[in-house]
Amino acid sequence: MPWIFFSSYTKIGMVINVKHDVNITCRVVLKEQLDKLDIPHWINGIGEVEIRTKLSRETLDILEQNLSHYGIHILSDQKKALVQRIKNTIDDMVKNDEVRLFKISTYLSNQLHYSYAHLSNLFSEVTHTSIENYVILKKVDQAKELMIHNNLTLTEIAYRLNYSSVAHLSYQFKKTTGLTPTKFQRILLRRKEHKIHWTK
Amino acid sequence: MKMLIPNTGEHVLRIALADDDRDDRQFFKEAIEELSIRTTLQMFLDGQKLMDYLNTPGVHLPDLIFLDLNMPVKNGMQCLKEIRANRAFNQISIAIYSTSSSELDIEDTFVNGANIYLNKPNNFAKLRESISKVLQINWQYHTSNLNRDNFLLRL
Repeated sequence: MPWIFFSSYTKIGMVINVKHDVNITCRVVLKEQLDKLDIPHWINGIGEVEIRTKLSRETLDILEQNLSHYGIHILSDQKKALVQRIKNTIDDMVKNDEVRLFKISTYLSNQLHYSYAHLSNLFSEVTHTSIENYVILKKVDQAKELMIHNNLTLTEIAYRLNYSSVAHLSYQFKKTTGLTPTKFQRILLRRKEHKIHWTK
Repeated sequence: MKMLIPNTGEHVLRIALADDDRDDRQFFKEAIEELSIRTTLQMFLDGQKLMDYLNTPGVHLPDLIFLDLNMPVKNGMQCLKEIRANRAFNQISIAIYSTSSSELDIEDTFVNGANIYLNKPNNFAKLRESISKVLQINWQYHTSNLNRDNFLLRL
């Protein structure tokens, strides 16, 4: 999951900028809520929690309700659940320096224990886009984060995200967003000056 | 027993279009209907009618609004500014749908909070293809961990 940037602005107050890792927040909230109900569990990295006991319907309902307060929902549909795990695995892969050199198809089938053909067909069926397209979208999203919040140069970003060159990164950025990285940066900078505020 | 934690559930994409040109509205409707993504479409004849709808208490807000820039009563830029000034609307993606291709106009709409700038294509096949791309990417922003603050798309 990306670093998320919040900025708040009030007419009389002040602006604070904070960095926030959704992954960590999610784990902490899950642990808190599961412990609160005395549920023995194991939190797997990729959007999966293993419950080490049999839960009553009532407990599950309470847990579901408590988690939804934090925007965390329990998935019941197996197809959607697997698609979510594919996305989470890709998100981790794009962020994680150690695994970014693996081939996406090999990595996904190793992590999720399904053939890549199966994962690929399922993903297209549920999300209206291919795994390859999602990876590109995610990498460009990560490039934006690194550009805006970490102030990295395009050369550094190209290296971090495993692009063969700055030209290749710029080309994929332009193809995906319709804007050059430079223009994108200028627009975001001007937005900030306008003190316009959106949150997720 | 296993549980999985997603970001958002799957749902039908709710779309609104504000455009005063009858033909453009009709083409848009036909293009949307031919796509595989499940959508609902509401159409408004000018910006004021759209804003009145959005400001109706208890209304089911759209996920994505297509705004024509040149409209009578209230134009697209005014709508954009009003929508972005209201926190109740911050989950809505905004696509500017215009004939203008002035780089200055385009950049100004982005700076004022538009997510997408789509030039009205001059043939139906192109329109269908563009709308399809917009919906696909918007869908990903609704259902994945992508930072909405950085969602800009120029087509």
